[in-house]
Amino acid sequence: MPRTGDSMRGLAVFIADIRNCKSREQEKKRINKELANIRSKFKGDKQLDGYQKKKYVCKLLFIFLLGNDVDFGHMEAVDLLASNKYTEKQIGYLFISVMMHHSNDLYKLVIQAIKNDLSSKDPVHICLALTCIANIGTPEMAEEIGDEVPKILTSPDTLHGVKKCAALCLLRLFELKSDKFIHAELSSRLIALLSDQHLGVVTSACSLIQALVTANTVEYKGCVSLAVSRLSRIVSSTDLKDYMYYFIAAPWLSVKLLRLLQSYGQPTDSAVYERLKESLETILNRATDPPKSKKIQHTNAKNAVLFEAINLIIHYDSDAALMVRSCNLLGGFLNSKETNLRYLALESLTKLAVSDFSRKAVMKHQETVVQALKNERDLSVRQRAVDLLYAMCDRDQAEEIVGELLAYLEKADYSIREELVLKIAILAEKFAQDYKWYVDVVLNLIRIAGDYIADEVWYRVTQIVINRDDIQAYAAKTVFEALQAPTCHENMVKVGAYILGEFGNLIAGDERSGPIVQFKLLHSMFHLCSNQTKYILLSTYIKLINLFPEIKGDIEEVLGNDNQLRNSDAEIQQRAMEYTKLSQIASSDLLATVLEEMPQFTERESSLLAKLKKKSNTLVKERDDGDNTSLQNGSSPVEVERGLPSRPPPPEVNLVELNVELSSAPVDVGGSSLLDLESPSGTAEIPEPALESGTPQDSPVLNNYSAPPAAVAAAPPAPAAEPSLLDMFGGAPPATDPTKVQVVTGLIECNEAAQPNFKAFICSRNNGILFENEIIQIGVKSEFTGFEGKLQVFYGNKSPLPLQGFNTTLFISPKDQPSLRLEGQKVTLLISAGAQIPQTIKATAVAAFGETPLLQISFSAAGTAHTMVLRLPLLVNKFCKGTGMGAQDFFMRWKNLNLPAQECQKVFKASRPMDNDLVKGKVQGFGFQVLEGVDPKPDNLVGAGIIVCEGSQVGCLLRLEPSKPAQMYRMTVRSSREGVPELLVNLLSQDL
Amino acid sequence: MNYTVLPLTSLLTELSVIPFFIDFAFRMIRFMLIQNRAGKTRLAKWYMSFDDEEKQKLIEEVHACVTVRDAKHTNFVEFRNYKIVYRRYAGLYFCMCVDVEENNLMCLEAIHNFVEVLNEYFHNVCELDLVFNFYKVYTVVDEMFLAGEIRETSQNKVLRQLTALNQLE
Repeated sequence: MPRTGDSMRGLAVFIADIRNCKSREQEKKRINKELANIRSKFKGDKQLDGYQKKKYVCKLLFIFLLGNDVDFGHMEAVDLLASNKYTEKQIGYLFISVMMHHSNDLYKLVIQAIKNDLSSKDPVHICLALTCIANIGTPEMAEEIGDEVPKILTSPDTLHGVKKCAALCLLRLFELKSDKFIHAELSSRLIALLSDQHLGVVTSACSLIQALVTANTVEYKGCVSLAVSRLSRIVSSTDLKDYMYYFIAAPWLSVKLLRLLQSYGQPTDSAVYERLKESLETILNRATDPPKSKKIQHTNAKNAVLFEAINLIIHYDSDAALMVRSCNLLGGFLNSKETNLRYLALESLTKLAVSDFSRKAVMKHQETVVQALKNERDLSVRQRAVDLLYAMCDRDQAEEIVGELLAYLEKADYSIREELVLKIAILAEKFAQDYKWYVDVVLNLIRIAGDYIADEVWYRVTQIVINRDDIQAYAAKTVFEALQAPTCHENMVKVGAYILGEFGNLIAGDERSGPIVQFKLLHSMFHLCSNQTKYILLSTYIKLINLFPEIKGDIEEVLGNDNQLRNSDAEIQQRAMEYTKLSQIASSDLLATVLEEMPQFTERESSLLAKLKKKSNTLVKERDDGDNTSLQNGSSPVEVERGLPSRPPPPEVNLVELNVELSSAPVDVGGSSLLDLESPSGTAEIPEPALESGTPQDSPVLNNYSAPPAAVAAAPPAPAAEPSLLDMFGGAPPATDPTKVQVVTGLIECNEAAQPNFKAFICSRNNGILFENEIIQIGVKSEFTGFEGKLQVFYGNKSPLPLQGFNTTLFISPKDQPSLRLEGQKVTLLISAGAQIPQTIKATAVAAFGETPLLQISFSAAGTAHTMVLRLPLLVNKFCKGTGMGAQDFFMRWKNLNLPAQECQKVFKASRPMDNDLVKGKVQGFGFQVLEGVDPKPDNLVGAGIIVCEGSQVGCLLRLEPSKPAQMYRMTVRSSREGVPELLVNLLSQDL
Repeated sequence: MNYTVLPLTSLLTELSVIPFFIDFAFRMIRFMLIQNRAGKTRLAKWYMSFDDEEKQKLIEEVHACVTVRDAKHTNFVEFRNYKIVYRRYAGLYFCMCVDVEENNLMCLEAIHNFVEVLNEYFHNVCELDLVFNFYKVYTVVDEMFLAGEIRETSQNKVLRQLTALNQLE
């Protein structure tokens, strides 16, 4: 113990007294006696000297730290701040730092005392004041004293010791009032501190800059090169005098510099990066050097730097060699005797497993990691092993890793089971090659850890079974067997009830799992289940009535039982009552419709991943690559429970692609465009405005199909069919007769490539093959009279098997919804092998419409569902009728249509031979009448036409100027109706 | 059959991810504790503001966390949304609550560095030294750590400074 003049005998005696107290009461008594004593001293007439004040204040502090309330002495402490003696000042500041809350009245005095000390000449006093600010700084302090601190820090006269203190004090002030300390002049001087010759100053400055960087990354970018050179000097030195720690040079500063560098990306200056890389390599090399000391401090300090260097390497994620080396080093640590090292190695490897560079190198250690899972005593180490296995898992290793995790789950600590279950379920889903395996894994999860199954997990398995008809029978069989086990978790009952209700028929052929056996098995659990599960079971029962009419009697008996009808739970009552009535009243056809198989779920986001992210705190680094798309579904689980069947299956949700293609295709003007088509060189640029109207800008891509859609139902207009497609799967889907054609707008994806010959429909053809593959051929015949069109679509089944569940849906862009009316005829549900069925679609042009309506066809052939979306050759120009006029008339009308919106011009490359007669034929086929002798140039072509709509007629004029040497056209269309010129230009230019 | 409807542990898990304290500060250390096996606190240094009740709760929780661990365990414990890096010296636990992203080994050695300085300063430090000289322990802490960050790592420099301060009246 240091013997110095400042020891306070009275204090030591008091502390000894307290320690000798035999009981809490005795201690309390002694403290109260002392408090009374001190109070009387402070209030007494006799003036106390500094020493006495210090002693009493210190005693009060001790009493406070023992856990007692102390409500006086603050004034005396503030008095001590003004003392010139260090020991007195120090106790004053200590008392203030520990006990003073900033609401205290004496606060102003404290700030004044700090101010005085900051301007003192004595570095010890300055440090005390800075330390106090750093300990208890407040926004007011930052405001009042804030300007002083940067001055002290950057002044050339300031001592090293004071600088360290000032840097961290400034860090504290920066937190309190960040805007006050961000300016360019200060930042450059602070960055310069990284080159200070005193390593203590560099250490403090490094912390300060690290904080400032978060607020102003750009301004502090200069710190990167300085940090790199500092690091390089430390790493290459073997003797830093005071800063060697167990033979390691400045380990803390090295770590800090490496962390600071992680605030930025890889240095772009190659010289800087080379220097850094050299340091990193040195650090990695040193890891395998024989230790210079057997002390744990030596290895810890060395590895602290090593782990931080690896963090930086991972952060850059660019140098495969360094990353693989890191993996190998860390792999070695997995067998270390030090638990700390094993833990940290697992943690770092988890980060490395995410990178493509090091993934393979991490996988080499799979066996060791699995051993860790089995043998580690510390739960947190086992958890890191789970994290690592989760991160490194891929398609090839999935079965093995999931198997290991399942084995671990059996004995895993209860506190981590839920997370573990989620992880296993996610891996099984993500990497399932065989979905039977997936079903087995999830059922195993429920068996092993039924209590820890989050609802999302079992929702998910039912969704996947519904979406994959190849595993439905297997799932039904497996879950049926699982339910026969002597003990079975309630979650298993839920899954079983749901799957058997949907797919029980698939295993009913076997009499061991016949209809009545299934029902009795499920019902044997009924009375033991919670109400939530009972709801599901009741729904299953009504589904079973639909699947197996032969056991209707048995089920109705259960539904109609008083236990249900008079259950205290209203939901059970209601379900039992409604299902009983449904069963009694509905015809089997109606029942079949109501209880039809669930439609497929669409992929939104994996609810499981979302759940895991929510669950895991920041310690778990999620591999956020969203590649869970290996399963095509996943929606909010509620619908599983509630959704009544609705057909048709959802079209794929993606329209951006379609729109981009539709609207951007005509804009492609190629590399060389012409300003003046007469000029033979043909290299001049097109004036911007000429193009603008043709670009997709004025028809926002996303709005096209996603705007609030209005649906026009086929034969009977159904105003109820308002909801967007997404809504169709949510709340209450419109119970549509599947054979009807439904006209709905929404988000759909059209496969353009499926219709390579679609262009042919633009200018001439009204009849032809729309689509053909090995199963189906779709042809179309169309006639247009006035504003009405009649399309006959023929669906021919080319396969040797019938096409089942045949269904078509028409989609029309919301923009066009008022402009185009469609009516689709019903189609039959089934097309037998080799047969062809027609469907008539009537179209009425109310006004000029822009987009091609889409036809979605879905059916299943040989157990596989097919869905295709095709463009219908129902184009606005089909309603265009040519009209004749003289040159004078033409030019007058042309000149009258001079508003920018009335014209569209486009320059584009010819895609066919530029034969005059051919072009003329196209233009006429498109709907214009070609006007002879109007344009003085013989190659130029002018035409006129009228688009006939229900309520109006829109006149259109065309001028087409070919430039044969350049193989380009310039097309100009003017029309009285805004938007129409673009439509026509875009269409016609596709086929020339 | 197993019909436990309420998975209690899931509630626990939910609980444990609720951040017990949140701040957006830039410091490495949130608080530092020296406790003996019985749970008596010999030093508490806070680098965030807590009210007295919270402080007491944290002290108890940290104690419960670290005393159950033995030599086969790591020196790191997840603690709410932070972690505790700790080391036991005879009957005393030195604990640092740090950000999860912090370098564990660096924190661990910072503790050891601090302990070596105390040992040198008090000539073979024991628990009683910390009790009787509590006001000096604060000085040692402030010389080595400030604003939750490392202020000085060189033992020589710290000890020289502490000796110089001891000479002062």
